[in-house]
Amino acid sequence: MSRSRPSRRLAADAELIAVALAFALPLAWVLLSCVDPHPDLKVKVPDGLTFGNFDAVLTPDILYTPLLNSLILCGGATALTVVCAALAAYPLSRFRSRLNRPFLLTILFATSLPITAIMVPVYALFVRVDLIDTPQGTIFFFAASQLPFAIWLMKNFMDGVPKELEEAAWTDGASSLQSLVRIVLPLMGPGLAVVTVFSFVMMWGNFFVPFMLLLTPDQMPASVSINEFFGNRGMVAYGQLAAFSVIYSTPVILLYVLVARRLGGGFALGGAVKG
Amino acid sequence: MRPHRRISRALPVAPALVLLLLFLAGPIAYCVYIAFTDLQLTGQAHSSFVGFANFRRALRDDAFLNAVWLTLVFTVLSSLVGQNTLGLALAALMKRASKPVRTLTGGVVITAWVLPEVVAGFLLYAFFRREGTLNAILHWLHLPRQNWLFTLPILAVSFANVWRGTAFSMLVYSAALDEIPSEITEAAEVDGAGGWRRLWHITLPMIRRSIGTNLMLNTLQTLSVFGLIWVMTRGGPGDKSQTLPLFMYEQAFQNSMIGYGTAVALLLLLVGSLFSVVYLRLLRTEV
Repeated sequence: MSRSRPSRRLAADAELIAVALAFALPLAWVLLSCVDPHPDLKVKVPDGLTFGNFDAVLTPDILYTPLLNSLILCGGATALTVVCAALAAYPLSRFRSRLNRPFLLTILFATSLPITAIMVPVYALFVRVDLIDTPQGTIFFFAASQLPFAIWLMKNFMDGVPKELEEAAWTDGASSLQSLVRIVLPLMGPGLAVVTVFSFVMMWGNFFVPFMLLLTPDQMPASVSINEFFGNRGMVAYGQLAAFSVIYSTPVILLYVLVARRLGGGFALGGAVKG
Repeated sequence: MRPHRRISRALPVAPALVLLLLFLAGPIAYCVYIAFTDLQLTGQAHSSFVGFANFRRALRDDAFLNAVWLTLVFTVLSSLVGQNTLGLALAALMKRASKPVRTLTGGVVITAWVLPEVVAGFLLYAFFRREGTLNAILHWLHLPRQNWLFTLPILAVSFANVWRGTAFSMLVYSAALDEIPSEITEAAEVDGAGGWRRLWHITLPMIRRSIGTNLMLNTLQTLSVFGLIWVMTRGGPGDKSQTLPLFMYEQAFQNSMIGYGTAVALLLLLVGSLFSVVYLRLLRTEV
């Protein structure tokens, strides 16, 4: 017989804490440096406490414009994704058709394609059709790249809403659009929140797509403009970089916590990915 | 069913279908086309069809073969070995650990995963730099220091990818382990099977489908990593951390050869599709 239960728990706790510490080191750097008047590249206790780094980045040029750009790009693309995905998922979930299965398999196949690979041809195509360096072009591409997964997730959540509830509405003469908007979507609130938040978080953090498709500096979202702290301005202001990173990361972490709570701590993607 | 009814039922799919065809299927088709041309970025009004020249060129190009090799190293190290094993270990340990420790570790690991790609890149850049945290720790332990991003860049970016991507495996495996009935492991324990034997003969066979799906998704994710490596090393020094996505970018833009860059992209897409098909097969056995 192996060790007793309490000592096994203690061993597991110790091992996990060691891993957590290793994972926490890079996070500690950004949290300590953003309030450190003299930050460098290692994790160290700040020699004082300052909000100067935040003050320095809280300007239209450095912070507000890129964040607003991020919000427009990701907000627009998320809205487009969620609306299109909800509409597309409805017939797939509610009606039988010979085309459902091939469509869903194609969607699932597209879900796992490496989108990074097509950025060069997308750039070439966007130059040709004059969509390069336009926010709408970037929004369309963002939405399209997120759609396969969004449709797949949405369909799975929609399958969880019992069909009987709609049948009454149908007898009363409601169209399928009405029953989707009035009955199905309100009933799958948490699922809708997961699709929305997940799409938004994926785009908020995405670097390569806006990096390729946008050229004008004042159109850049935060994921690209953060590079400005390096190289171009000569010296790297680590404290400001850290402060910017903290502000830029906060929304996605809050959104994640919100959704994780709503699902009772569990994580829907694990199940969704398994099909 | 009457045809107009069928059409009205399929109508809601139209907006998604249009977006997917125009902005996803379109570019992929265009990718296949320009991979066979000599399209360049500058000084050339139109391109001509060159057949398989771009692909033949790639196979003779040492820089391409180097990128293939580095992509392989990066994927095996960070995804197959790192994220996968560490994710499974964390999930297994969490089943035994006390609740506060479980919450703490989960929180830290998931935060690393939720952070924007570029921020994660900067944090690990700071960690691995010559004057960074890792060397400070090594110095404190009286171990030799190195300029990691210069001497072992592919190792540094692989570790970065493990740091960033392990949470996903951890979540997948936590869900999978929860589905194993505890009677089975307890019975094995009573019969005297030790930890490793239980892992090998009971746990792993019972979660093999999750392992398959997880490996597939990790690999696909890792194949398309760009921002993380770009921020940390720009593929350098020289081309010592230049994986295929970075090689593709360099050929297309620094060297202005869109045709050649796209041929590389097409190869990457083909490898991805292959994994994707295997993934579909795995799912089908499960559904």
